Amino acid sequence: MKSTNKIAILAIVVGIGALGLVAGNCAPSAPKGAKKTAAVSDTAAAAMKVYVAPGDLDEYYLFASGGHSGQVYVYGLPSGRHLSTIPVFTPYPATGYGFDDDSKKMLGDLTWGDAHHPALSETNGDYDGRWLFINDMNARIARIDLRDFKTKQIIGPVPNVSGNHGSAFVTPNTEYSVMATRFSIPIPKGTAAEVGKYATDYKGVVTGIKVDPKTGEMSVGWQILMPPFDYDLGDAGKLVSNGWVFFTSYNTEKAIGKLEVTSAQKDRDYIAAVDWKMAEQLAAKGEGQMIGGIKVIDPAKNPGLVYFLPCGKSPHGVDVSPDGKYIIGSGKLQGVTTAFNWEKVQTAMRNKDFTGDEDGIPVLKYESIKDAEVPVGLGPLHTQFGPDGYAYTSLFVDSAIAKWKLGTWEVVDKVPMSYSIGHLAAAEGDTVSPDGKYLVGLNKLSHGRHLSVGPSQPESSQLVDISEEKMKLILDFFTEPEPHYAQIVKADKIKPIEVYPKEENKHPYAIWDVKDAGVTRNGNKVLVKVVEVRSTITPTDFEVKEGDEVTIAITNIEQTTDELHGFGLLDYNINVVVDPGETKTVTFTAKKSGVYPYYCTNFCSALHQEMQGYMIVR
Amino acid sequence: MPAARLPAAASAKPAAEAIAVRNFIQTVNRFLDAPLGVLPRLLLLLALLCLIPTYFTPLYNMTMFAPQYQEGLRMDIYSYKLAGGHNNQDIKEINLLNHYIGMRDLVSEEFTEFNWLPFAIGIFGLLFLRAAVLGKTSHLVDVTVLYVYFGLFALWSFGFKMYQYGHHLDPKAAVRVEPFMPPMFGYKKLANFEVYSYPQFGSYALTAVAVVLLLAFYLAWRQWRGDTA
Repeated sequence: MKSTNKIAILAIVVGIGALGLVAGNCAPSAPKGAKKTAAVSDTAAAAMKVYVAPGDLDEYYLFASGGHSGQVYVYGLPSGRHLSTIPVFTPYPATGYGFDDDSKKMLGDLTWGDAHHPALSETNGDYDGRWLFINDMNARIARIDLRDFKTKQIIGPVPNVSGNHGSAFVTPNTEYSVMATRFSIPIPKGTAAEVGKYATDYKGVVTGIKVDPKTGEMSVGWQILMPPFDYDLGDAGKLVSNGWVFFTSYNTEKAIGKLEVTSAQKDRDYIAAVDWKMAEQLAAKGEGQMIGGIKVIDPAKNPGLVYFLPCGKSPHGVDVSPDGKYIIGSGKLQGVTTAFNWEKVQTAMRNKDFTGDEDGIPVLKYESIKDAEVPVGLGPLHTQFGPDGYAYTSLFVDSAIAKWKLGTWEVVDKVPMSYSIGHLAAAEGDTVSPDGKYLVGLNKLSHGRHLSVGPSQPESSQLVDISEEKMKLILDFFTEPEPHYAQIVKADKIKPIEVYPKEENKHPYAIWDVKDAGVTRNGNKVLVKVVEVRSTITPTDFEVKEGDEVTIAITNIEQTTDELHGFGLLDYNINVVVDPGETKTVTFTAKKSGVYPYYCTNFCSALHQEMQGYMIVR
Repeated sequence: MPAARLPAAASAKPAAEAIAVRNFIQTVNRFLDAPLGVLPRLLLLLALLCLIPTYFTPLYNMTMFAPQYQEGLRMDIYSYKLAGGHNNQDIKEINLLNHYIGMRDLVSEEFTEFNWLPFAIGIFGLLFLRAAVLGKTSHLVDVTVLYVYFGLFALWSFGFKMYQYGHHLDPKAAVRVEPFMPPMFGYKKLANFEVYSYPQFGSYALTAVAVVLLLAFYLAWRQWRGDTA
């Protein structure tokens, strides 16, 4: 009995001990990849690559869209330093944008925009450093002049375009910047039709915004009626595929309601291939039906204008390879990205190798036009290119970038992104001659990668060195909400001025001598011409009457770099900044009598604090 | 002749076997009627104690990592509830992710086991107590057999539940994946997720109960053999 007891106790102890050991076998505290830490030498190498010493300049500009902030943000690469904010669709008190008469007029009634895809102007398919175009979901495109980094024109809302997401991609010689409908509506705008009639009464359009080659002035070039799909992203053909522009589309189910389900039923959606040169010719001939005040061309009546290329489920990005030979379409709900061979696409178009049509637009046979389905990984979105035949595709679900080879379709490398990458931008990576070297992943989540700043989280962007075979993550930096696409251009391609030359200032109210400053009255309209120069605002006081419509025209007569002057009028919604050599006007109605100080808001000089005056309202 | 003798031998054998079977049954009955010794009774009480943690500790844990989820999404299955990490938020997050592939929501109401598991465990507690107090070997055998059956059934039930979750996916889901069996033990890569699935303390306690019961039975048998030798 005694020995039995001992055995039993021993067995219990051993049993419980064994259980304890097994119980220790449970989920780890971190994922497999998390345990890897960079070797010191790697860190040092990365630091050297991104370090831009004080006083030194960056090598590239990164123009990042500001998403729903409505702005464009400029960063230097490789440092990731924020250099400037270019206000576009939203007022920006720092520069007085949206407060002076001209910019207020340009913004119109909308003081918000959702800017997704910046497009640098191109000559022969290469960035020429002249303009930057950017879309707004509110059917608008803005043009920023890179000579002074200022928004010069906002076109739109363009008739019939609704939810301008697939924009503002440009053709290889900036003939057009394009627009496409994401939220089809009954057109012309103002037509009401129940959503149940979506498939028949709602329409999409794609539009070419013509760009004047000299001035950059934008006007509506052509518009094409499209089936009510959600047009998502676009890219213009180049070199061999020049003359065409491609748009991805989802919800080719023409579904309504809970789109996350209803629009994901078909295994393939489409890339629309639009012959923009033909559209241009048709528009010149006056082809089309007047809708909403502009001519809209029906592709069903004009064979050859539009074709559909079937693409993996709910495609997001469509990107044309540098040589123009491949159209890369990424079905975001599939694990592959599809490479279409432009030569095969053209052959299929010629041979009418169709599998059907959508509202009269022929659908090309998938098997006849695709060269490869590249197994890049989960959630492929966008593709950019390097100089050596490599393509880089962002993977949202995998939270990584895949590097693969055009032609062999071999995936050669992957680099994790933190976290959930959307777009990516390679140095001049969507031109005919990509630079390689750098690639920026524009991530949607930054969770834990920065000092906490509360629930409104900044976006994380990550710089990847793509100069070698293996991609290397070398820098995290944090971009203003919310970058979608971005463009990276070699710094020497941009040649900005730093003052507005006096002789170029043609503003009717510009004055260059303090003697000319003062008040002129015309009925109840009062014009106050103001000169700003270190460190006086002339006149230092002026009088108006209650109810007067007052226009203050402020000229900063400085011709010295960085001598900006502000003009803030207390208790009024007036706050502008006038750059050296620039004239800006503000117009308002003088409120009830009193004394209202104005002053220079933008620090300028040792006696900046003295730069002030009084508006007296009687 | 050997061939002629065979039937006689064969007819004699059943009688001998019948006796052997009868003896065996009588032996078994004697064993089953025998009172349990102190040690098996104490072990039954130990088994009862081992049941208690199942009311406080999880039976199972599933942890999922993805690049976007460095801290992991955690789900603990208790005998009576589901509990998620981050104050239950993880279950909501898991369900949000699963809805893309058309998986049904993991909700406590779907686990009918939660209705009977704690009750069944309580019943076992009472049966252990009964066996310890009344103390016949048959009581011990009853609870042991029942308990092993209960354990296997619970395991099957859980596995079947997991199978159903992984196989009954909404055909209209945005992302269509092949039906799959979520891991019951260990690591599995599912899409962008690393999934780890392991039993937790509660399950080990339940396993310990089985070990203790079998040990008690063994000791009871040893003791009875010793007594009757």
